[in-house]
Amino acid sequence: MSYLKLDAIDKRFGNVAAVSGLNLEVAPGECVAMLGPSGCGKTTTLRMVAGFEDIDGGEIRAGDKVLSSKAKNYYLPPEKRDFGMVFQAFAVWPHLSVFENIAFPLRIRKLPADEIRRRVDEALRHTNLTALADSRPDDLSGGGKQRIALARALAIRPKVMLLDEPLSSLDPHFREEMRFEIKDIQRRLGFSILYVTHDQSEAMALSDRILVMKQGVVQQIGSPRDVYYRPANRFVFSFIGLSSFLRVRFTGGRMQVDDLALPFDAVDEAPAELVGVGEGVLAVRPSDVDFVDEGGLRGTVRRRSSLGEIVDYQIAVGSQTLRVQKTRHEPGPQVGETCGVRFAMSNWYPLTDASEG
Amino acid sequence: MTGSFRFGTPQILFGLAVAILVIFVAVPVLLIFFNALWVNGSLNIADMVKVLSERETYKALINSLILASGVTVTGTIVGTFFAWLVTRTDLPYKGAMKVLFLVPFMLPSFIGALAWKMLLSPRSGYINRFFIETLGFPGPIFDIYTYQGIILVETMYLFPFVFIQVCGALERMDPTLEESARISGADLFTITRKITIPLVAPSILSGALLIMLYSMAHFGTVAMLGIEAGIYNIPTLIYERIHQSAGSFAAIRTGTVLSTVLVIAAALIIWLQNRVLSKGRYQIIAGKSFRPTEIRLRGLRLPLLAFCIAYIGFTIVLPTTTIFLVGGLKTYGLPIAVENMTFDNYHHILFEWDLTRDAIWNSIGLGLAAALITMFAGVIISYVIVKMKVPGKGMLEFLGMLPFSVPGSVIALGVILAWSGKYGVNIYNTIWIILVAYIARYMAFALKANSAALEQVHDSLVEAARASGATMWQALRDIVIPLVRPGMVAAFFLIFLPALRELTVSVLLYGPTTRTIGVAIYTLNEDGETVYAAAMAGVALIIIVTAEVVVKRVFKIEK
Amino acid sequence: MTSVRIDGLSKSFGGRKILHDLDLTVEAGESFTLLGPSGCGKTVLMRLLAGFDRPDAGTIRIGDRLVAGDGADVPPDRRGLGMVFQDYAVWPHMSVADNVAYPLKIARTAADERDRRTRRAIGQVGLAGLEARMPSQLSGGQQQRVALARALVSEPSLLLLDEPLNNLDANLREEMRFEIRELQQKLGITVIYVTHDQEIALAIADRIGVMDETGRLRQVGTPDDVFDRPIDAFVYRFLGVANFVPMRRVGATWLFPDGAAVWPGEAPGLAGEHATFGCRPFDIELARDGDGLAGVVRRASFLGAQMDYLIEAGGVTFRAATDSRRALDPAQRFEEGETCRLAFRGSQWFDTAVADIEGGAR
Repeated sequence: MSYLKLDAIDKRFGNVAAVSGLNLEVAPGECVAMLGPSGCGKTTTLRMVAGFEDIDGGEIRAGDKVLSSKAKNYYLPPEKRDFGMVFQAFAVWPHLSVFENIAFPLRIRKLPADEIRRRVDEALRHTNLTALADSRPDDLSGGGKQRIALARALAIRPKVMLLDEPLSSLDPHFREEMRFEIKDIQRRLGFSILYVTHDQSEAMALSDRILVMKQGVVQQIGSPRDVYYRPANRFVFSFIGLSSFLRVRFTGGRMQVDDLALPFDAVDEAPAELVGVGEGVLAVRPSDVDFVDEGGLRGTVRRRSSLGEIVDYQIAVGSQTLRVQKTRHEPGPQVGETCGVRFAMSNWYPLTDASEG
Repeated sequence: MTGSFRFGTPQILFGLAVAILVIFVAVPVLLIFFNALWVNGSLNIADMVKVLSERETYKALINSLILASGVTVTGTIVGTFFAWLVTRTDLPYKGAMKVLFLVPFMLPSFIGALAWKMLLSPRSGYINRFFIETLGFPGPIFDIYTYQGIILVETMYLFPFVFIQVCGALERMDPTLEESARISGADLFTITRKITIPLVAPSILSGALLIMLYSMAHFGTVAMLGIEAGIYNIPTLIYERIHQSAGSFAAIRTGTVLSTVLVIAAALIIWLQNRVLSKGRYQIIAGKSFRPTEIRLRGLRLPLLAFCIAYIGFTIVLPTTTIFLVGGLKTYGLPIAVENMTFDNYHHILFEWDLTRDAIWNSIGLGLAAALITMFAGVIISYVIVKMKVPGKGMLEFLGMLPFSVPGSVIALGVILAWSGKYGVNIYNTIWIILVAYIARYMAFALKANSAALEQVHDSLVEAARASGATMWQALRDIVIPLVRPGMVAAFFLIFLPALRELTVSVLLYGPTTRTIGVAIYTLNEDGETVYAAAMAGVALIIIVTAEVVVKRVFKIEK
Repeated sequence: MTSVRIDGLSKSFGGRKILHDLDLTVEAGESFTLLGPSGCGKTVLMRLLAGFDRPDAGTIRIGDRLVAGDGADVPPDRRGLGMVFQDYAVWPHMSVADNVAYPLKIARTAADERDRRTRRAIGQVGLAGLEARMPSQLSGGQQQRVALARALVSEPSLLLLDEPLNNLDANLREEMRFEIRELQQKLGITVIYVTHDQEIALAIADRIGVMDETGRLRQVGTPDDVFDRPIDAFVYRFLGVANFVPMRRVGATWLFPDGAAVWPGEAPGLAGEHATFGCRPFDIELARDGDGLAGVVRRASFLGAQMDYLIEAGGVTFRAATDSRRALDPAQRFEEGETCRLAFRGSQWFDTAVADIEGGAR
């Protein structure tokens, strides 16, 4: 049975549909990331799960307990939902010590003093804060405060943790470290995570499944590999990872980019359904483009930037531009040279994709 | 930013700034201390102590403390309660309530005291008479000429200090601080108790200290309500001594000694307030735009709304109406009925009586002049302090902020000492001495407003102009001045409005033809011309409220 | 097009010496980037170049003109340069057009010429049509372009850019850095760009000057120079993610920290007994078997275009990366707990004294 179930969730602010028809089930021990541009409804969804917003349609359940239900007009307030939650700005109370911050939810639940002590110590250990138990939060860095917030959420031994962009206020180099710390703690303690982020590499690194949202509508739910290799539409394709697009015409049994021929062996598959339509968009990842000496789609190197380990090319193909990325160990043409490219993996989309509208 | 002027421009500006502050601010204050501590040419603390231990002086000190403490406590409770009600609950008409609670701030408290006098003086107050005559009570239900009376009236007009600070803190507070408590299992009342209040405690404390400061230095209410009952605080005792003796040496001496105590107490409070705000204030400002959840008052909703309306009615509507009604009476003491009303009083004071007419024009003139002068002086001095790297500007800053901790009576006294002929300039009993006192008094406000505006003008904005080819002067003209203008305008009104309704300073400095509005009302009341006093008060209220409304309009346009 | 010549520049603030006897020459028309950690003194150097501060010692020449040092002190408004600040410094009370036109207004350019050049500069940065907007109505990226247009409108021969892309989000940063590069190449201006972000530096510079936190220039060279032939471990580490491994020599072989594993490649020609070897994540090749260094995969993350691995080998933890396309082939995909063999197709060896002996991935 899933730990968390969101069933046909709707939410409106005035006339705007912030979330429409969202369905999601989070299994025990699973980490699901909600990913999308700002304003897509991911934070609103998280807040509905937490109980800070009510729902305009559908039902939210945890296990067999109903948390919010529009039909039954039922709403359980946040303080009764037993979730652990970590906020973007940490929300650690500056007037309480680290220990007291973590103990707060346990004191509210009126646990006996020795049990409180035990659980706080345990949470401190999981987050490497044992030495700082008596410090004031303002003495700690951003990363330290985030750990306090994490420990406080862990103290009640929740089945589900809700994380609202927990790492975006941290220093970039610290973010990576904390990412894996959270993952390790999750593995050790076995809770589920519902995670909101706008950083797709974070979502990819941390989650078992990713839910991609745009303007309140779920675009795709799948594993990181799913959303990367088999994106449901053009929006998901361009939101996850780098992308480059070419307009392709299908005439007289051939494919063309502007006036240039696109050989059939330069793509991994040609789309049967678009051939009839006459044109389409070839979407590729810059790292999935290979240089070939002969054949392939011909183009000229307009820009070659060495970005350290990666070399970034801008190839002019007719009037269009193609972006290619290779590691520095792989050979490639210089600026001004003509070259041929082959697309190791390609995605095809119609010229006007509804998702980009 | 470097002082990239050539030849002596920074020095000129600096010199000008120092001159202004020394002449207007430092000299009067120093003379006070000098007069208090030096007797016959030598330092004499014992004599100071002797003056302080005289029965009446000693009592005045104690009274100041009692009154200030009482007002602080009640004002803080009232202010915090209303602030919480208006920002954190689902009280209906919260927006309107918020504006209405700030109205007392606009009204001069001595006018309020006047109104309450007319309502609750033990024998002739209208409310008391109503209870005695109509309801058959044996005696007055409340005697306003008491400690309680003074505290009651001062609370009504000073609680906004706490109200504003706490409202601001509660509104700016990061809502996730409370949300994380909710998700941890705490209900809304526990959260208020354990999280919200402790986090805004510094703001509460800061507002409370401000109330204390104002109350200790306050003249009007205690003069109106306390002198009758022999309750004096420091400013009223100073006034009485000096007035009765027409400026005798002994009276002045008492005044300076008391002033010294007052200044030290005030300085202590300001220092405390700064510490509370800087160390105690937690970083709780919000970034995101989610608003905190409201507490549902349920059954208490309407009763509390009724309470708020009653409070506003009681503290604003009742006194104001009383003022206007009494001002329209033919004679004081007549029952309020249509046949006893007339517009003659208003007509008289506005058009016929030069005492009142002059008072009105004096106040307006003084307000405008003081505001203009301090606005310009403020810009120059702020610029030196904020933007220039010259040695000694710390001293400038200190001098500029000094008047904050020097109560009005003390400034008035100091100005008397400085400009009554002893050092060559005698402007005593002229309008100029009041102007000089106002400049000293309000300089700190001008500095604060201008500094705040200047600090918003980041150095990089000026540097970008220099990199674009502009000289320092061009950068000042094209970039700094336009950006600081709103701050300057704010400074202007921050001074004009209080100056209009000021009493504490001008009551010690006025001469026969140089009364201000506040002085006119006060002296009319002292002379027993209650009806004219009320009418004058009514006119003053109209002028003040009109000015406030005009200012708000102007600001909307500026923004 | 002007060159910039800095000789023996020194500057202290509050008793602390920030710049020590710095020498640097930037060629006319060159895009030069000063790369260094926060607080290393690069902003101080910019301000000295612009004229907002005076050097304690040394000289600065812009073109042939002595502008600072040796008795000269040309104020910023007369140095003929354009500058873009980190916080954009766009004037909030002036419209986009007024902001951009200001340098020409100060220079008293004739009105129609002024309008023409303003419009052109605004078009060059892609803000055509927004002339009448106020800064508060613009996004961060748009404000940045206004600042750029303003710096370019007077057609300066030298452009100073102080971390202008810092406050933009990642996508915009990427876009803008290439735009700045293209603009610079098209207009042929000499550009000095200051940043702590090595990706930006590598993307836009003709030459990079790497500064350390003591204010000294460690290395000056083309992006390929500093990346492929770093002069020391500081430069190596600053230019990108790096693995550092302390190695010990026994006879003719070099041993890894676990004392057992042997360096599989050609021995570097170093004299001493201790050295540090550094490599980048993509330098590591993974194989199922063979005679590479034996290792165990501790963590495998799919990051889209690349697979990110944490591998324990030779007593040290390596950060490795491979093209994720390879990982589509099960034989090439490594999971947590599996064994593997590491080969190093790129490496950099350093004298021990210079590198911190941290050992392992950063």
